[in-house]
Amino acid sequence: MNLDNLTPEQYRARYEALQSEARLRASTPAASATAALPVLGNIRATESIPPGCYVALRLRRFDIIRITNPAGTPGAALFMWNEDEPSERFNAGDTTKLQWTTQLTTGRVLFSDMGKILAAITADTGAGHDSIIGPNSPLQTTGRNGRDNLRLAAAKFGLTRRDLGPAISLFSKIVADETGRLHYAGPPPTGAAVELRAEQNLLLALSNTPHALSPVTSATGSIEIAISHAPPDASDLCRHFTQEAIRGYINTDTGFAE
Amino acid sequence: MTISDVTLPARLPYSTTLKAGQILRIIDLESQQAVDALFYNLHDFSERYSAQDTLAMQAAQGGPFYLQTGSVLRSNEGRPMLTVIRDTCGFHDTCAGACSCESNTVRFGFETRFMHACRENFLTELGKYGMGKRDLVSNVNFFMNVPIRPNGELTVDDGVSEPGGYVELRAEMDVLVLISNCPQVNNPCNGFKPTPIRIIVSKGK
Repeated sequence: MNLDNLTPEQYRARYEALQSEARLRASTPAASATAALPVLGNIRATESIPPGCYVALRLRRFDIIRITNPAGTPGAALFMWNEDEPSERFNAGDTTKLQWTTQLTTGRVLFSDMGKILAAITADTGAGHDSIIGPNSPLQTTGRNGRDNLRLAAAKFGLTRRDLGPAISLFSKIVADETGRLHYAGPPPTGAAVELRAEQNLLLALSNTPHALSPVTSATGSIEIAISHAPPDASDLCRHFTQEAIRGYINTDTGFAE
Repeated sequence: MTISDVTLPARLPYSTTLKAGQILRIIDLESQQAVDALFYNLHDFSERYSAQDTLAMQAAQGGPFYLQTGSVLRSNEGRPMLTVIRDTCGFHDTCAGACSCESNTVRFGFETRFMHACRENFLTELGKYGMGKRDLVSNVNFFMNVPIRPNGELTVDDGVSEPGGYVELRAEMDVLVLISNCPQVNNPCNGFKPTPIRIIVSKGK
Protein backbone atom coordinates (compact mmCIF):
# COMPACT_ATOMS: atom_id res chain seq x y z
CA MET A 1 0.00 0.00 0.00
CA ASN A 2 1.48 3.35 -1.05
CA LEU A 3 -0.11 5.83 1.35
CA ASP A 4 0.75 8.77 -0.89
CA ASN A 5 -1.30 7.40 -3.76
CA LEU A 6 -4.62 6.19 -2.38
CA THR A 7 -7.86 7.51 -3.81
CA PRO A 8 -9.91 10.00 -1.75
CA GLU A 9 -12.41 7.19 -1.17
CA GLN A 10 -9.69 4.92 0.24
CA TYR A 11 -8.39 7.68 2.57
CA ARG A 12 -11.94 8.35 3.74
CA ALA A 13 -12.53 4.69 4.54
CA ARG A 14 -9.37 4.63 6.67
CA TYR A 15 -10.47 7.77 8.57
CA GLU A 16 -13.99 6.57 9.17
CA ALA A 17 -12.73 3.26 10.57
CA LEU A 18 -10.53 5.13 13.08
CA GLN A 19 -13.38 7.49 13.98
CA SER A 20 -15.90 4.74 14.64
CA GLU A 21 -13.36 2.87 16.81
CA ALA A 22 -12.74 6.03 18.85
CA ARG A 23 -16.48 6.62 19.28
CA LEU A 24 -16.99 3.07 20.46
CA ARG A 25 -14.27 3.42 23.10
CA ALA A 26 -15.51 6.85 24.21
CA SER A 27 -18.94 5.37 24.84
CA THR A 28 -17.49 2.50 26.89
CA PRO A 29 -17.43 3.49 30.55
CA ALA A 30 -14.00 1.96 31.16
CA ALA A 31 -12.82 5.26 32.53
CA SER A 32 -14.97 6.46 35.34
CA ALA A 33 -14.60 9.28 37.77
CA THR A 34 -14.74 8.20 41.38
CA ALA A 35 -16.15 10.02 44.39
CA ALA A 36 -12.88 9.73 46.26
CA LEU A 37 -9.42 8.66 45.17
CA PRO A 38 -7.76 5.57 46.68
CA VAL A 39 -5.20 6.11 49.42
CA LEU A 40 -1.85 7.18 47.97
CA GLY A 41 1.04 5.22 49.46
CA ASN A 42 4.72 6.12 49.89
CA ILE A 43 4.21 9.88 49.81
CA ARG A 44 7.64 11.50 49.73
CA ALA A 45 6.60 15.16 49.60
CA THR A 46 3.55 17.32 50.15
CA GLU A 47 3.00 20.99 49.55
CA SER A 48 0.18 23.48 49.95
CA ILE A 49 -0.13 26.17 47.25
CA PRO A 50 -1.84 29.26 48.72
CA PRO A 51 -4.44 31.15 46.65
CA GLY A 52 -2.79 33.05 43.78
CA CYS A 53 0.55 31.24 44.12
CA TYR A 54 2.39 28.61 42.05
CA VAL A 55 5.04 25.91 42.21
CA ALA A 56 7.70 24.76 39.73
CA LEU A 57 8.43 21.05 40.19
CA ARG A 58 10.64 18.35 38.71
CA LEU A 59 9.09 14.89 38.47
CA ARG A 60 10.86 11.62 37.62
CA ARG A 61 9.33 9.16 35.17
CA PHE A 62 6.58 7.21 36.99
CA ASP A 63 6.30 9.73 39.82
CA ILE A 64 2.70 10.28 40.88
CA ILE A 65 1.39 13.74 41.67
CA ARG A 66 -1.97 13.99 43.37
CA ILE A 67 -3.56 17.44 43.18
CA THR A 68 -6.42 18.13 45.60
CA ASN A 69 -8.76 21.10 45.76
CA PRO A 70 -10.27 21.04 49.29
CA ALA A 71 -12.23 24.30 49.03
CA GLY A 72 -13.42 23.92 45.42
CA THR A 73 -11.42 26.88 44.12
CA PRO A 74 -12.35 27.57 40.45
CA GLY A 75 -9.33 26.18 38.62
CA ALA A 76 -5.61 25.42 38.77
CA ALA A 77 -3.34 26.17 35.80
CA LEU A 78 -1.02 23.40 34.61
CA PHE A 79 1.73 23.20 32.01
CA MET A 80 4.64 20.77 31.57
CA TRP A 81 7.78 20.12 29.58
CA ASN A 82 10.03 17.12 28.99
CA GLU A 83 12.94 17.87 31.34
CA ASP A 84 15.41 16.05 29.08
CA GLU A 85 14.38 18.09 26.02
CA PRO A 86 12.30 21.12 27.06
CA SER A 87 11.44 21.99 23.45
CA GLU A 88 9.08 19.04 23.82
CA ARG A 89 6.07 20.31 25.79
CA PHE A 90 2.38 19.84 26.47
CA ASN A 91 0.30 20.17 23.32
CA ALA A 92 -3.38 20.88 23.94
CA GLY A 93 -4.39 20.46 20.29
CA ASP A 94 -2.79 17.03 19.99
CA THR A 95 -4.12 15.92 23.39
CA THR A 96 -7.73 16.48 22.33
CA LYS A 97 -7.40 15.63 18.63
CA LEU A 98 -5.49 12.38 19.15
CA GLN A 99 -8.02 11.16 21.71
CA TRP A 100 -11.04 12.52 19.79
CA THR A 101 -12.35 14.23 22.92
CA THR A 102 -12.07 17.33 25.07
CA GLN A 103 -13.07 15.33 28.17
CA LEU A 104 -9.86 14.74 30.09
CA THR A 105 -10.43 12.31 32.94
CA THR A 106 -9.32 8.91 34.28
CA GLY A 107 -7.74 6.79 31.53
CA ARG A 108 -6.81 9.69 29.26
CA VAL A 109 -3.27 10.91 28.67
CA LEU A 110 -1.58 14.28 28.10
CA PHE A 111 0.40 14.39 24.85
CA SER A 112 3.46 16.44 23.98
CA ASP A 113 4.01 17.94 20.53
CA MET A 114 6.16 14.90 19.64
CA GLY A 115 3.52 12.17 19.57
CA LYS A 116 4.68 11.11 23.04
CA ILE A 117 2.92 11.04 26.39
CA LEU A 118 4.03 13.38 29.15
CA ALA A 119 1.57 12.25 31.82
CA ALA A 120 -1.39 9.94 32.35
CA ILE A 121 -4.55 10.73 34.32
CA THR A 122 -4.50 7.73 36.65
CA ALA A 123 -7.36 8.86 38.91
CA ASP A 124 -9.87 11.70 38.93
CA THR A 125 -12.99 12.70 40.84
CA GLY A 126 -14.42 14.09 37.58
CA ALA A 127 -14.52 17.84 38.22
CA GLY A 128 -13.60 18.50 34.59
CA HIS A 129 -10.32 19.79 33.15
CA ASP A 130 -10.19 22.23 30.24
CA SER A 131 -7.47 22.69 27.63
CA ILE A 132 -9.53 24.68 25.09
CA ILE A 133 -10.08 28.02 26.88
CA GLY A 134 -7.60 27.44 29.71
CA PRO A 135 -6.31 29.49 32.66
CA ASN A 136 -7.03 33.17 33.26
CA SER A 137 -4.69 36.00 32.29
CA PRO A 138 -4.46 39.79 32.67
CA LEU A 139 -7.42 39.96 30.25
CA GLN A 140 -9.64 38.71 33.10
CA THR A 141 -8.01 40.09 36.27
CA THR A 142 -5.53 42.67 37.45
CA GLY A 143 -4.60 40.27 40.25
CA ARG A 144 -2.42 37.17 40.21
CA ASN A 145 -3.33 35.06 37.20
CA GLY A 146 -2.56 31.78 35.49
CA ARG A 147 -0.69 33.13 32.50
CA ASP A 148 1.76 35.20 34.53
CA ASN A 149 2.22 32.47 37.14
CA LEU A 150 2.99 29.85 34.47
CA ARG A 151 5.55 32.25 33.00
CA LEU A 152 7.12 32.74 36.44
CA ALA A 153 7.29 28.98 36.96
CA ALA A 154 8.80 28.61 33.46
CA ALA A 155 11.40 31.24 34.37
CA LYS A 156 12.55 29.06 37.29
CA PHE A 157 13.59 26.49 34.68
CA GLY A 158 15.28 29.12 32.50
CA LEU A 159 12.32 29.18 30.11
CA THR A 160 10.41 32.21 28.77
CA ARG A 161 7.04 33.13 27.28
CA ARG A 162 8.25 31.47 24.05
CA ASP A 163 8.02 28.18 25.94
CA LEU A 164 4.34 28.37 26.88
CA GLY A 165 1.44 27.38 24.71
CA PRO A 166 -2.17 26.51 25.46
CA ALA A 167 -2.34 25.20 29.05
CA ILE A 168 -4.77 23.14 31.09
CA SER A 169 -7.09 24.58 33.69
CA LEU A 170 -7.70 21.74 36.13
CA PHE A 171 -10.97 21.64 38.09
CA SER A 172 -12.71 23.59 35.31
CA LYS A 173 -15.80 22.12 33.70
CA ILE A 174 -16.54 23.51 30.24
CA VAL A 175 -19.55 22.32 28.25
CA ALA A 176 -20.24 22.85 24.54
CA ASP A 177 -23.80 23.61 23.47
CA GLU A 178 -25.46 22.85 20.11
CA THR A 179 -24.70 26.36 18.80
CA GLY A 180 -20.92 26.13 19.12
CA ARG A 181 -20.59 28.02 22.39
CA LEU A 182 -18.53 26.84 25.35
CA HIS A 183 -19.95 27.51 28.78
CA TYR A 184 -18.32 27.53 32.21
CA ALA A 185 -20.28 25.09 34.36
CA GLY A 186 -19.47 26.61 37.75
CA PRO A 187 -16.83 25.87 40.39
CA PRO A 188 -15.82 22.28 41.20
CA PRO A 189 -17.13 20.42 44.23
CA THR A 190 -15.10 20.73 47.41
CA GLY A 191 -12.51 17.98 47.69
CA ALA A 192 -12.11 17.54 43.93
CA ALA A 193 -8.88 15.71 43.10
CA VAL A 194 -6.89 14.45 40.13
CA GLU A 195 -3.82 12.23 39.96
CA LEU A 196 -1.19 12.29 37.22
CA ARG A 197 1.62 9.82 36.55
CA ALA A 198 4.70 11.27 34.85
CA GLU A 199 5.54 9.17 31.79
CA GLN A 200 8.77 11.07 31.14
CA ASN A 201 11.02 13.18 33.38
CA LEU A 202 9.04 16.40 33.67
CA LEU A 203 9.28 20.06 34.46
CA LEU A 204 5.87 20.99 35.79
CA ALA A 205 4.26 24.38 36.47
CA LEU A 206 1.15 24.46 38.64
CA SER A 207 -0.64 27.66 39.60
CA ASN A 208 -3.50 28.14 42.04
CA THR A 209 -5.44 30.56 39.85
CA PRO A 210 -8.93 30.35 38.27
CA HIS A 211 -10.18 29.39 34.83
CA ALA A 212 -10.47 32.21 32.28
CA LEU A 213 -14.28 32.06 32.27
CA SER A 214 -14.74 31.80 36.04
CA PRO A 215 -16.76 34.78 37.30
CA VAL A 216 -14.71 34.47 40.49
CA THR A 217 -11.30 35.71 39.35
CA SER A 218 -9.27 35.01 42.51
CA ALA A 219 -8.60 31.61 44.08
CA THR A 220 -10.84 30.78 47.03
CA GLY A 221 -8.67 28.19 48.81
CA SER A 222 -5.41 26.29 48.70
CA ILE A 223 -4.38 23.59 46.23
CA GLU A 224 -2.71 20.63 47.93
CA ILE A 225 -0.18 18.36 46.25
CA ALA A 226 1.30 15.02 47.28
CA ILE A 227 4.07 13.21 45.40
CA SER A 228 4.73 9.48 45.30
CA HIS A 229 6.22 6.98 42.86
CA ALA A 230 4.53 3.96 41.26
CA PRO A 231 5.55 2.37 37.96
CA PRO A 232 2.54 1.06 36.01
CA ASP A 233 1.71 -2.63 36.17
CA ALA A 234 0.72 -4.83 33.25
CA SER A 235 -2.98 -4.11 33.67
CA ASP A 236 -2.58 -0.32 33.72
CA LEU A 237 -5.69 1.39 32.35
CA CYS A 238 -4.06 4.44 30.76
CA ARG A 239 -1.50 2.39 28.84
CA HIS A 240 -4.20 0.33 27.16
CA PHE A 241 -7.21 2.63 27.08
CA THR A 242 -7.12 3.54 23.37
CA GLN A 243 -5.25 2.51 20.24
CA GLU A 244 -3.92 6.07 20.10
CA ALA A 245 -2.55 5.83 23.66
CA ILE A 246 -0.91 2.48 22.86
CA ARG A 247 0.88 4.06 19.89
CA GLY A 248 1.77 7.12 22.01
CA TYR A 249 3.34 4.85 24.63
CA ILE A 250 5.35 3.03 21.96
CA ASN A 251 6.75 6.43 20.88
CA THR A 252 7.40 7.37 24.53
CA ASP A 253 8.96 4.14 25.80
CA THR A 254 11.32 3.97 22.81
CA GLY A 255 13.18 6.89 24.41
CA PHE A 256 13.83 4.96 27.64
CA ALA A 257 16.10 1.91 27.58
CA GLU A 258 14.45 -0.26 30.17
CA MET B 1 -4.13 48.25 -4.09
CA THR B 2 -2.52 44.81 -4.31
CA ILE B 3 0.90 44.44 -2.72
CA SER B 4 1.39 40.72 -3.46
CA ASP B 5 -0.67 38.02 -5.14
CA VAL B 6 0.62 34.45 -4.87
CA THR B 7 -0.84 31.10 -5.85
CA LEU B 8 0.57 28.55 -3.40
CA PRO B 9 0.68 24.99 -4.77
CA ALA B 10 -0.74 22.13 -2.74
CA ARG B 11 1.31 21.02 0.34
CA LEU B 12 3.74 23.97 0.41
CA PRO B 13 4.67 26.54 3.08
CA TYR B 14 4.70 30.32 2.63
CA SER B 15 5.39 33.41 4.70
CA THR B 16 4.80 37.12 4.33
CA THR B 17 4.61 40.24 6.44
CA LEU B 18 1.74 42.66 6.97
CA LYS B 19 1.90 46.23 8.15
CA ALA B 20 -0.85 47.36 10.50
CA GLY B 21 -3.93 48.15 8.41
CA GLN B 22 -3.01 45.89 5.49
CA ILE B 23 -5.40 43.15 4.39
CA LEU B 24 -4.62 39.43 3.98
CA ARG B 25 -7.02 37.47 1.78
CA ILE B 26 -6.73 33.68 1.64
CA ILE B 27 -8.71 32.03 -1.14
CA ASP B 28 -9.67 28.35 -1.09
CA LEU B 29 -9.54 27.94 -4.87
CA GLU B 30 -11.02 24.46 -5.24
CA SER B 31 -12.87 24.09 -1.87
CA GLN B 32 -12.29 22.09 1.33
CA GLN B 33 -8.63 23.05 1.67
CA ALA B 34 -7.36 23.63 5.22
CA VAL B 35 -4.83 26.47 5.53
CA ASP B 36 -2.78 26.41 8.74
CA ALA B 37 -1.46 29.77 9.88
CA LEU B 38 0.80 31.21 12.62
CA PHE B 39 1.17 34.90 13.45
CA TYR B 40 4.00 36.78 15.21
CA ASN B 41 4.54 40.41 16.19
CA LEU B 42 6.96 41.49 13.44
CA HIS B 43 9.08 43.44 15.92
CA ASP B 44 9.22 40.84 18.72
CA PHE B 45 8.57 37.26 17.66
CA SER B 46 8.09 36.17 21.31
CA GLU B 47 4.71 37.89 21.15
CA ARG B 48 2.64 35.55 18.99
CA TYR B 49 -0.86 34.32 18.26
CA SER B 50 -2.57 32.65 21.23
CA ALA B 51 -5.61 30.47 20.64
CA GLN B 52 -6.57 30.49 24.32
CA ASP B 53 -6.42 34.30 24.69
CA THR B 54 -8.47 34.57 21.49
CA LEU B 55 -11.12 32.04 22.53
CA ALA B 56 -11.33 33.22 26.16
CA MET B 57 -12.21 36.75 25.08
CA GLN B 58 -14.54 35.53 22.34
CA ALA B 59 -16.37 33.15 24.75
CA ALA B 60 -16.71 35.91 27.37
CA GLN B 61 -18.45 37.99 24.68
CA GLY B 62 -20.84 35.15 23.84
CA GLY B 63 -19.01 34.01 20.72
CA PRO B 64 -18.30 30.48 19.47
CA PHE B 65 -15.18 28.29 19.85
CA TYR B 66 -14.25 28.86 16.21
CA LEU B 67 -13.33 31.94 14.17
CA GLN B 68 -15.68 33.85 11.87
CA THR B 69 -16.33 37.42 10.72
CA GLY B 70 -15.64 39.76 13.62
CA SER B 71 -13.27 37.41 15.43
CA VAL B 72 -10.24 39.19 16.89
CA LEU B 73 -7.06 37.09 16.84
CA ARG B 74 -5.14 37.89 20.02
CA SER B 75 -1.52 37.49 21.04
CA ASN B 76 -0.11 35.88 24.18
CA GLU B 77 -0.20 39.42 25.62
CA GLY B 78 -3.94 39.56 24.93
CA ARG B 79 -3.49 42.23 22.26
CA PRO B 80 -5.38 42.24 18.94
CA MET B 81 -3.14 41.04 16.11
CA LEU B 82 -5.67 40.67 13.28
CA THR B 83 -9.43 40.92 12.81
CA VAL B 84 -11.49 38.72 10.49
CA ILE B 85 -13.31 41.31 8.35
CA ARG B 86 -14.83 39.14 5.60
CA ASP B 87 -15.50 35.44 5.45
CA THR B 88 -17.52 33.24 3.10
CA CYS B 89 -16.99 30.06 5.16
CA GLY B 90 -18.11 30.85 8.71
CA PHE B 91 -15.99 28.24 10.49
CA HIS B 92 -12.24 28.35 11.04
CA ASP B 93 -10.75 26.09 13.69
CA THR B 94 -8.20 27.16 16.29
CA CYS B 95 -8.49 24.22 18.76
CA ALA B 96 -7.07 21.24 16.90
CA GLY B 97 -3.55 22.43 16.09
CA ALA B 98 -1.41 21.53 13.10
CA CYS B 99 -0.62 18.03 11.88
CA SER B 100 2.88 16.64 12.47
CA CYS B 101 4.73 13.47 11.47
CA GLU B 102 4.83 12.44 15.13
CA SER B 103 1.17 13.05 15.89
CA ASN B 104 0.23 11.32 12.63
CA THR B 105 1.85 8.10 13.92
CA VAL B 106 -0.45 8.22 16.95
CA ARG B 107 -3.60 9.29 15.13
CA PHE B 108 -3.30 7.33 11.90
CA GLY B 109 -0.69 4.61 12.50
CA PHE B 110 3.08 4.29 12.18
CA GLU B 111 2.81 3.82 8.42
CA THR B 112 2.03 7.56 8.11
CA ARG B 113 5.25 8.70 9.79
CA PHE B 114 7.07 9.92 6.69
CA MET B 115 4.17 11.66 4.99
CA HIS B 116 3.97 15.45 4.54
CA ALA B 117 2.83 17.45 7.58
CA CYS B 118 2.09 21.08 8.45
CA ARG B 119 4.59 21.27 11.28
CA GLU B 120 7.36 20.25 8.87
CA ASN B 121 6.26 23.16 6.69
CA PHE B 122 6.19 25.52 9.67
CA LEU B 123 9.65 24.45 10.89
CA THR B 124 11.06 25.05 7.42
CA GLU B 125 9.56 28.52 7.32
CA LEU B 126 10.33 29.39 10.98
CA GLY B 127 14.00 28.64 10.35
CA LYS B 128 14.16 31.49 7.84
CA TYR B 129 13.40 33.92 10.68
CA GLY B 130 15.77 32.42 13.26
CA MET B 131 12.97 30.57 15.04
CA GLY B 132 12.49 26.88 15.82
CA LYS B 133 10.19 24.36 17.41
CA ARG B 134 9.80 26.38 20.65
CA ASP B 135 8.07 28.99 18.53
CA LEU B 136 5.64 26.57 16.93
CA VAL B 137 2.65 27.35 19.11
CA SER B 138 -1.11 27.39 18.68
CA ASN B 139 -2.29 28.12 15.16
CA VAL B 140 -5.39 28.87 13.14
CA ASN B 141 -6.75 26.31 10.69
CA PHE B 142 -8.60 28.36 8.11
CA PHE B 143 -11.42 26.47 6.33
CA MET B 144 -11.05 23.53 8.72
CA ASN B 145 -14.23 22.19 10.30
CA VAL B 146 -13.63 20.86 13.83
CA PRO B 147 -16.87 20.59 15.80
CA ILE B 148 -16.86 20.07 19.58
CA ARG B 149 -20.04 18.23 20.44
CA PRO B 150 -22.00 18.47 23.72
CA ASN B 151 -20.60 15.05 24.75
CA GLY B 152 -17.09 16.49 24.39
CA GLU B 153 -16.25 14.71 21.13
CA LEU B 154 -13.84 16.62 18.93
CA THR B 155 -13.42 15.48 15.32
CA VAL B 156 -12.14 16.83 12.04
CA ASP B 157 -15.19 16.80 9.78
CA ASP B 158 -15.59 17.54 6.08
CA GLY B 159 -14.71 21.14 5.22
CA VAL B 160 -17.63 23.42 4.35
CA SER B 161 -15.85 25.97 2.17
CA GLU B 162 -16.96 26.42 -1.45
CA PRO B 163 -14.66 26.78 -4.48
CA GLY B 164 -13.33 30.34 -4.46
CA GLY B 165 -14.36 30.85 -0.85
CA TYR B 166 -12.18 33.26 1.05
CA VAL B 167 -11.37 34.80 4.39
CA GLU B 168 -10.02 38.32 4.80
CA LEU B 169 -8.10 39.62 7.83
CA ARG B 170 -6.98 43.12 8.70
CA ALA B 171 -3.68 43.41 10.54
CA GLU B 172 -4.01 45.34 13.81
CA MET B 173 -0.24 45.40 14.32
CA ASP B 174 2.75 44.67 12.08
CA VAL B 175 2.77 40.88 11.79
CA LEU B 176 4.76 38.02 10.34
CA VAL B 177 2.42 35.44 8.78
CA LEU B 178 3.41 31.79 8.30
CA ILE B 179 1.22 29.53 6.23
CA SER B 180 1.16 25.81 5.55
CA ASN B 181 -1.11 24.74 2.72
CA CYS B 182 -2.12 21.59 4.60
CA PRO B 183 -0.87 18.34 3.00
CA GLN B 184 -2.92 16.01 5.21
CA VAL B 185 -4.73 13.18 3.39
CA ASN B 186 -5.53 10.98 6.39
CA ASN B 187 -8.52 13.05 7.54
CA PRO B 188 -11.22 15.03 5.69
CA CYS B 189 -9.73 18.52 6.29
CA ASN B 190 -8.61 18.72 2.65
CA GLY B 191 -11.31 16.56 1.11
CA PHE B 192 -8.55 13.88 0.99
CA LYS B 193 -7.01 15.82 -1.91
CA PRO B 194 -4.72 18.81 -1.15
CA THR B 195 -5.20 21.68 -3.60
CA PRO B 196 -3.64 25.12 -4.34
CA ILE B 197 -4.65 28.30 -2.55
CA ARG B 198 -4.20 31.98 -3.42
CA ILE B 199 -2.87 34.56 -0.98
CA ILE B 200 -3.36 38.26 -1.65
CA VAL B 201 -1.94 41.08 0.48
CA SER B 202 -3.40 44.49 -0.18
CA LYS B 203 -3.20 47.98 1.20
CA GLY B 204 -6.09 48.74 3.53
CA LYS B 205 -8.17 51.88 3.45
